[in-house]
Amino acid sequence: MIGASPRRIGGITRVKGTQKYVSDIRLENVLHVKLVTLDVARARIDGIDSSKALQAPQVIDVITPDELPHPIPRFGPLFRDRPVLAVGETRYHGEPVAAVAAETPEAAAHGAKLVKVDHEPLGGGVFSISDALDPESPLVQGPDLRPNDPFANSNIFREHRYGWGEIDEAAADLIVDHDYGFPMITQFAIEPHAFMAAPDGDGIEVWSSVQHPFLLQKTLGRVLDLPLSRVRVHAPDPGGGFGGKQNPKYEPLVAFIAMRTGRPARLVLSLGETFQTVRRTSAEIRVRSGFKTDGTLVFQDIDANFLMGAYADIADRVVGKSGYLAAGPYRVPNVQILARGLLSHTTPSTAMRGFGIPQLTWARESNLDEAARQLDVDRVQIRLMNLPEKGEQFIPDETPADGEWRQALERAAELIEWEAPKPEGRGRGFAVGLKSGPTTGLSYSTVRLLADCSALIYAGTSDMGQGARTIFAQLVSEELGVDFDQISVVMGDTSRVPYDQQTSASRSSVLMGNAIYSACEDIRSQIRRRFAERRGLDESEVAVTQGTIRWNGQESPIRDEIANVLGPLGGEIIGNGEMRVEGDPDHPLGGRAVFYELHVAACDVEVDAETGAIEIPRYVTVGDVGRSMNPRQVAGQDEGAAIMGLGHTLMERMILDESGRILNMGAVDYRILTSMDVPTEMISDSIENADGPGPFGIKGVSEGGLLATSAAVGSAVTDAVGVNVRDLPITPESIWRAIKEQQ
Amino acid sequence: MGEGEAVMIPVAMSVNGRPVELEVAPGSFLLEVIRDALELTGPKECCLEGECGACTVMVDGVSINSCLVLAAEVHGSDITTVEGLATDGLSALQGAFLDHAAAQCGYCIPGQLVAARAFLDVNSNPTRAEVREALAGNLCRCAGYEQITDAVLDAAGAPS
Repeated sequence: MIGASPRRIGGITRVKGTQKYVSDIRLENVLHVKLVTLDVARARIDGIDSSKALQAPQVIDVITPDELPHPIPRFGPLFRDRPVLAVGETRYHGEPVAAVAAETPEAAAHGAKLVKVDHEPLGGGVFSISDALDPESPLVQGPDLRPNDPFANSNIFREHRYGWGEIDEAAADLIVDHDYGFPMITQFAIEPHAFMAAPDGDGIEVWSSVQHPFLLQKTLGRVLDLPLSRVRVHAPDPGGGFGGKQNPKYEPLVAFIAMRTGRPARLVLSLGETFQTVRRTSAEIRVRSGFKTDGTLVFQDIDANFLMGAYADIADRVVGKSGYLAAGPYRVPNVQILARGLLSHTTPSTAMRGFGIPQLTWARESNLDEAARQLDVDRVQIRLMNLPEKGEQFIPDETPADGEWRQALERAAELIEWEAPKPEGRGRGFAVGLKSGPTTGLSYSTVRLLADCSALIYAGTSDMGQGARTIFAQLVSEELGVDFDQISVVMGDTSRVPYDQQTSASRSSVLMGNAIYSACEDIRSQIRRRFAERRGLDESEVAVTQGTIRWNGQESPIRDEIANVLGPLGGEIIGNGEMRVEGDPDHPLGGRAVFYELHVAACDVEVDAETGAIEIPRYVTVGDVGRSMNPRQVAGQDEGAAIMGLGHTLMERMILDESGRILNMGAVDYRILTSMDVPTEMISDSIENADGPGPFGIKGVSEGGLLATSAAVGSAVTDAVGVNVRDLPITPESIWRAIKEQQ
Repeated sequence: MGEGEAVMIPVAMSVNGRPVELEVAPGSFLLEVIRDALELTGPKECCLEGECGACTVMVDGVSINSCLVLAAEVHGSDITTVEGLATDGLSALQGAFLDHAAAQCGYCIPGQLVAARAFLDVNSNPTRAEVREALAGNLCRCAGYEQITDAVLDAAGAPS
């Protein structure tokens, strides 16, 4: 089953339309919730009058800060700064100040309009990186929220500084120094976030399209003061997550409403409301790098500012973790990195596919390209010559290069036909991205081998499109000799599956994969013991490998022996597995990379110099994957990620007005790629040397495809028309303006 | 009828071959009626402004965004949702989606399948470019566009 591409588990319900996402689940007697928000980002709240709303037909409850415990509970994955409802003032456009619960969605929406929020728009909001760095700007978070924090009287959330060696300008023959911009974009899962909660005896049941059900369970337990055993989280497969659904958002609010009213409550966000709930950190990055005339990197000095938003969510980790790898997959003797997270009156940013690396890769690879052009060194060669060999420690005290990365670059160059002549108006681009996988991890799994040699796998992973169920079933099929289509995978319910830390950082095939692998080993050792007992053999005479039992020169599939092994009472064999990566408290990131995702993007573009219009006739994506468990799914992840990356490269950008309102909330004014916008030819490939830490040598794969997309396209645009565009998205207008400026 | 309550409009239609008669509010959209009254949750809610295609259903063989059509407008029509694409097992198109791993998170897939079916019914031998154009109104953030296009081309000509 390794390297096969069976039909996805969960595929049939997806194509028949019977897959139940959160908003498809009906709860009896449910109340519909609508958030009450203001039409401005930053305002002081002077009072909330809910009397009119409470008198409206079918309105059952209005919840304001007065109805919540005091102080208002706050939560967050690393910093507990996000309040259940806005406290004192709103800090971003769409921050809820109250919520209305009614018998119908229409009555809730009507009731929300009747809640009178006496408020004073405050003006002077912090909406950009320059606003956030201006010492005259108002503080987004009160200093009381950040005791003992040297930055508490500024909008700097944290500064992460890394580096080695000494920057010596004199040692470089060429210094290239530019600023690069990455826009505010949103995850845009086609399934808008949905949350439900229902009282359950003396506990609570919650449904959420969440990637981290166990983190949500922990958050709810703390906010509601309930033991974990009385918080049951149902996490049906998300209809796309992309990082935006990792961390708790409105589940605590909906849970409070359910507890107050004693009835189930349901909140389904509109697509517009999701723009006010999740986004990627925007960034402005200065890269100053020094080179020898042959292209050898002498130093990199990277100063990256990230606009986080009003609350930290997981954005500080995005800044710190991506900043650590800012210098990329290169052998750079002298590096200085400053990655700064900034608070602002904008949607709190959170994880999004690539976790900060797409921003830094855009800046670093574009800078490297400019150097190659100035030095007249080939753009592929400049990367190859600075690339570390496998096993080489390219960052001090960090996981060494864990793959034959050179092969990925060479393969991508071959597939794009790097040396082939290009027609007039066509440019060719090439870029490399590197992201570290998880730095800590804890996953448990239970596998039950049933009497008919079918199997059940229990895993806390969220299958949000990456196809985790399928990978896990392939693994168990291989390890126990169970038919693939005789395997069911149970996920998405904290009271049925054992703990898993989270579904992020392309971790699940490796970490949960290893937990499942060890559960299979547990089952095999039980089979060995019982088989020896039944046959009157010594255990040392029996070996169980993958699906086969071997003893005294004989062998038989587990499938044929299972009845004998189980004995007359039947029953089953239960295996438990665990995968633990403790990390290292002294490491700046709390642990070393379990693996790297190295990914190469290469493309041809055609640019109309008159209009700036861009077309992509060919796009190549090559990842260093260790081993491709399921090539069809790997291609789906790589090509899908690349196309998502083309979104922020070519068209995506949230636009704010002077009061911080998002002007383009929704699918009409915020464009993502359609089937008409994709490259004419899409080629994806994988480098497989079985050198990853997962079962069969696999590494994680789901983010790599978009890491280097922007820089490859930017590189190709410059190649085609000779201008550099340093701010994303690269639109026809920005190309046209750059051409005009140059003329 | 109480003060302020809207007049209800009787609607008769066929949904996936089954006759349905019900009363709808004048402002009820077809998507709400299909999901809430008929409890067919294949068609999905996303943008609710006719841009994403997650709510796509066929009305008399033509694919439309059911979030933009009033339920009262489809009186007398034949409606097909994803649930009606195969009465038994999987259609060739659904099977092709599985074979090409075209369904990732799956949320847009009901709309993609219905739009593709309506398209193949009028063009059984399309080019790649024609498939891409026909499905341009169905957004997929997993961006399985290549796989979806491959699946539709694979199923073209196969019996529905």
